[in-house]
Amino acid sequence: MTERAIGIGVVLMAALVLGLVLFVGLPRVQRRAPVRAAAADIPSATAPPGRKIKAHLFYVAEDGEHLTSVERDVAYGETTADQAREIVAAQIAPVPVPILSAVPPGTTLRAVFIADGGNAYVDLSREVVTAHPGGTIDELLTVYTIVDALTVNLPAITAVQVLVDGKEVDTLAGHVDVRRPLARNLGWVQ
Amino acid sequence: MSSQPLQPSQASQAPTLALLAKDGRRTLPLSVMGDQEFVPLDDLAAAFQLTVREESLDAMTVSYKGRTIVLQPAQALASVSGRLISLPAPLSRSGRRWLVPVEFISRALATIYDVKLELRKPSRLLLIGDIRVPRIVVRYDALGASGRLTIDAMPRATSTVTQDTDRLIVKFDADALDVPSPLMPLQGAQSLAQTARLLDPTTLAITLGPRFAGFKASTQPIESTLRLVIDVAAQPDAAPPPSPQPPPALPTLGQAVSLMRTIVIDPGHGGEDEGAIGGGGAKEKDVTLAVARRAKAAIEARLGLRVLLTREDDRRVALDERTALANNNKADLFVSLHAAASLRPAAAGATIFYAAFEKDAAPPPVPDRVPTFGGGVRDIELVPWELAQTRHLDQSTTFAALLEAQLHDRIPLVRQPIASAPLRVLESANMPAVLVELGYLTNDAQAARLAGDAFATAFVQALSEAIVKLRDAQTAGGTR
Repeated sequence: MTERAIGIGVVLMAALVLGLVLFVGLPRVQRRAPVRAAAADIPSATAPPGRKIKAHLFYVAEDGEHLTSVERDVAYGETTADQAREIVAAQIAPVPVPILSAVPPGTTLRAVFIADGGNAYVDLSREVVTAHPGGTIDELLTVYTIVDALTVNLPAITAVQVLVDGKEVDTLAGHVDVRRPLARNLGWVQ
Repeated sequence: MSSQPLQPSQASQAPTLALLAKDGRRTLPLSVMGDQEFVPLDDLAAAFQLTVREESLDAMTVSYKGRTIVLQPAQALASVSGRLISLPAPLSRSGRRWLVPVEFISRALATIYDVKLELRKPSRLLLIGDIRVPRIVVRYDALGASGRLTIDAMPRATSTVTQDTDRLIVKFDADALDVPSPLMPLQGAQSLAQTARLLDPTTLAITLGPRFAGFKASTQPIESTLRLVIDVAAQPDAAPPPSPQPPPALPTLGQAVSLMRTIVIDPGHGGEDEGAIGGGGAKEKDVTLAVARRAKAAIEARLGLRVLLTREDDRRVALDERTALANNNKADLFVSLHAAASLRPAAAGATIFYAAFEKDAAPPPVPDRVPTFGGGVRDIELVPWELAQTRHLDQSTTFAALLEAQLHDRIPLVRQPIASAPLRVLESANMPAVLVELGYLTNDAQAARLAGDAFATAFVQALSEAIVKLRDAQTAGGTR
């Protein structure tokens, strides 16, 4: 009886492993397949080892008046919210010179919430306000860096509202109205 | 409620309380003792189907559908379901009739009655049920040769304005109007607006003076009031001073006339909010204030327009206050001045912004215009504060283009100098509005230039020219 029970257990374990491979593992491998090959000239030193996706991130263009898009490896997130978190974390991470981020240095990500209807809420630390250099155009670039990073990479997210220290704010530097979610705007991207 | 005509003797000798309901109007006689107005309890009982009982010498009950008010004639008190309600005076007896202070209606009766009762004591009105009876206040201000009629409706009521030969007809979307007497203080014989009277329960007629040439109506919500502003223009004097130039075409009756007269310039930031700071220490708040002051002096002197600044000195002003100043002063143009910063020191040039709204923002209300003899009809609509700019976007875009054309040869511009963005200070402006980034303080060469006289002179010259062009375009187009 005991040997028979062990035999049944081994068969069940094998079936379970096969099931996991077939129904969980393979689809993920398949999902990764269509992602385009890396074309990033931006170093991705901060990306930890592990599963990655390719995402478009946005940095200040040479003219200082626009953003430019670059493709980078970003850690894989299980859910849309997880992935959104990874994208924003990568977007606001320090970047080496001469790349310039429109998100003020020292800004950290507190949380990302996804609501029904495709709105995402990105809660940033107060440095996004206190360390902001000011100016309408810089503020627009900061806001649309975050908005476009999520709406361009995650089709499920159609608009993004930036929160500061968990609260809604009127503006980040006195100009751009961030009291409501803003839709993707590639007008500020070269 | 059926109408009940007053006896002539009552009408001439005693004040009355007018009861207004959807289905009619009636009046109750009022007795005045000292400063206190009383209404007969039996009249109230008849009007509102109340049952009045004298329970004892010191108690009286007033009942309606099982709910009861207990009155103690000797005291200025009523009791409703055990709750005491104070009255301004005790009950009073006149012959065999009991009189109650008029406040009894709002303080006691309204709590047991099943339809809303609103007592407007100063107007001696009692509104019964959901009936829209805005209080109307009419004011006329002569402004040089022209003038401005300001008609406040509280609570908000929309209206249409039409011209009927020598009268302006203002019809309100309401059940009746609560108007003071007289409706408008007496005006002089030369005044463009002379008298105001009620044409019917919801319509005002304003008699126009002989010099009236045209009008322009607009509205502005102020808390629970909707303000209707009618700018009235005068015909020029019959004998203009001799001039070597041919005289400009005279406005004719009913022709729309541009009445641009007030401009609000908003020097960005201020106080502890310093805005952008350049490498050499130049502060955005200082640059914008210096340019704004110069613009005010120049535009007032050259164009004869009133120019208001949202701040006259180095102090912090909230964004909403800035827009409110423009809205409350019925400004015809709002120009917000800023200076930019960039992480790229080479960035240079001015940018002109007009407001952008998200696609799901409420669409701008479309006025329903119906042409009439000698004037226009305009439906008045309510616009949320944060969307006020939506209905001026065309004119804001036009002004941005006019300003760009004037700035083009005078100061450096960025490659695409006109842009739209969801800018907080523009969204609530109830007039054409732009925000100008004068240049980059983070560009050392430009920062030095922005602080200099030559730059301010060039910018102010361009701004003045653009304002003249906008005024000309509005005059030609008839409206703003």
